[in-house]
Amino acid sequence: MTTPTLTLTDLETVYDTLATAIDQAGQDKASLFLVKLALLNANALASADVFQTHVQAALQDL
Amino acid sequence: MHTPTTQARPSIYYTYEVFKPWLASQHPQQKRHQVVIVGAGPAGMVTALELARHGVASVVLSAELQFSQGSRAICFTRRSMEILQQVGVADRMTKGGLPWRFGNSYYRGQRVFRMEAPHDPDDRFFPIINVQQQFMEEYLHDACQAHPLIEIRWGNKAVQVKQKEDHAEVEVDTPEGPYTLESCWVVAADGGRSGIRSAMNLDMEGTSYEGFFVIADIKVDLPLPTERLAYFDPDWNPDNTILMHREPHGIWRVDYQLPAGETPEAALQPESMKARIDAHLAMIGHAGIKWDMDWSSVYSARTLTLPDFVHGNVIFTGDAAHLLPIFGVRGANTAFQDAQSLGWHLAYVVKGLASRKLLTNHRAERVGAAREIIHEAGKSTRFMAPPAGGFKLLRDAVLSLSLTQAFVRPLYHWRTSRPHEYTHSMLNSLGDDNALFTTGPAHGAPPHNVRLGANEFLLDHLGGGFDLLYFTDAESMPESLQQVITTTRAKGIALRVIAIGSPHAVMGADLHLSDANGHLRQRYGVPANGGAYLIRPDQHICARWLTLDATRLQAALNTALPQ
Repeated sequence: MTTPTLTLTDLETVYDTLATAIDQAGQDKASLFLVKLALLNANALASADVFQTHVQAALQDL
Repeated sequence: MHTPTTQARPSIYYTYEVFKPWLASQHPQQKRHQVVIVGAGPAGMVTALELARHGVASVVLSAELQFSQGSRAICFTRRSMEILQQVGVADRMTKGGLPWRFGNSYYRGQRVFRMEAPHDPDDRFFPIINVQQQFMEEYLHDACQAHPLIEIRWGNKAVQVKQKEDHAEVEVDTPEGPYTLESCWVVAADGGRSGIRSAMNLDMEGTSYEGFFVIADIKVDLPLPTERLAYFDPDWNPDNTILMHREPHGIWRVDYQLPAGETPEAALQPESMKARIDAHLAMIGHAGIKWDMDWSSVYSARTLTLPDFVHGNVIFTGDAAHLLPIFGVRGANTAFQDAQSLGWHLAYVVKGLASRKLLTNHRAERVGAAREIIHEAGKSTRFMAPPAGGFKLLRDAVLSLSLTQAFVRPLYHWRTSRPHEYTHSMLNSLGDDNALFTTGPAHGAPPHNVRLGANEFLLDHLGGGFDLLYFTDAESMPESLQQVITTTRAKGIALRVIAIGSPHAVMGADLHLSDANGHLRQRYGVPANGGAYLIRPDQHICARWLTLDATRLQAALNTALPQ
């Protein structure tokens, strides 16, 4: 994994924001929302390789 | 007994001619033929015309007595038109066709993507032209009939092919019963449901997708330009995709995807089609407009290819060799490239100008092309009609994002059929200067067209044999090159020499193009006199030099025609 760049405070903010947004999207649309978010984040990463490592990390220990 | 219908097919815009069946009893005893082509569709007829162009006779069998039903293939690419120009029907296609270069994709009433295909002043043909397949078949058939080396046999259905040591036997059923044809080579151009492929138990490799599409041709007066229209997930057909194309003669093609689980039989019920087409026309702002149905069919996307096209003395081509999805207009457009390739490769083997290694090259180039096309077509299909699960979720996420996020919009691009580049062909010269060029068409690529005058283009002059483009402003071709050219021609190899860069005739060249403004030299990346391109009979580049000498010309010709 790449070195974390979020401070603990920011990570906590992301944690709450994401949880709230998933609820806001609703059960039916949660997957769609998360995929949209992943695409936006991937575009911001500007690296298919980095995205690939994130995918592999997220697939672990499901 | 094979009894094809003698009833002319119904059509709003096309009058079908019903041809007389060819009957063995009315003809003298058959000799062994050089080439028998099974199937008189685009692939079969272009193969016959290309073979004839290289001096090889063929017999073309059609199971039916008339051209195919419905518009079927309607969008023809620039490269297809360049190939059709080679076989003499491009002018008729142009005259009756609707050229276009823009495509639009809509989601939730918003245009989220617009494709603008470039149209360079150096190109004679538009990126795409729409012509119904019956007309295209008629033009090709007229060209075949005009050629003494082509015999078309209507109402002749190939039912079995038996491989022999050095030839094949085709059992043909006709309205008066069966007869047997012997042929050195059999070309299976009998379409997507190839009976020969089934009879030979050949398996195709690839993917079949689940979704069905209804293809409907309707006569309707819509005040819209000739542009491709795609609608995603509309209210009247949630989750599904609809495509529209304008065709000549006031016809519109409307393709719509069926909801999961609906059978093709149910979807083709007239009341079902009426309700859906009415709903679609209403959605695009033409509620209640009058329209008439011309033809309809059902289609499912497949990306399948035979892993080899050459089996003994039987060669598969076009849809008989591979099945490609409609998204990206790849069916007939790939078939033309297959047929143009097969035509010269087979002709040169039949004439003894090269060994069977040349057919090994054909199979390598065209199977490679099919696999590359399948790779691209798979991407289009997974966007147009995504399989349930991850692909559906991703596609829906892109639709949703595309309303506000520009970066995802290029994913709507439908990757139109394009000419394959035979970059690693075994016919490419090894000792030429390909790698030293900074621009121009490279090894295996089709040539770049160049406008030479108001109605004159470089490609008008290429094809039918090998072409040597030699860049010079001298009075004559170098003596040593002329010797190679003379020796080559003496073997029966067609080799035409086009001198470029001289305002006057060049001795030893068949044609000179003055290229007064240097545009052709620049397009081909030739900075000085003495540069050259060697172009195969299918117009693909097989060698290029910054400075050509006789030894290297001879070497390139030897490589292009393996013995």
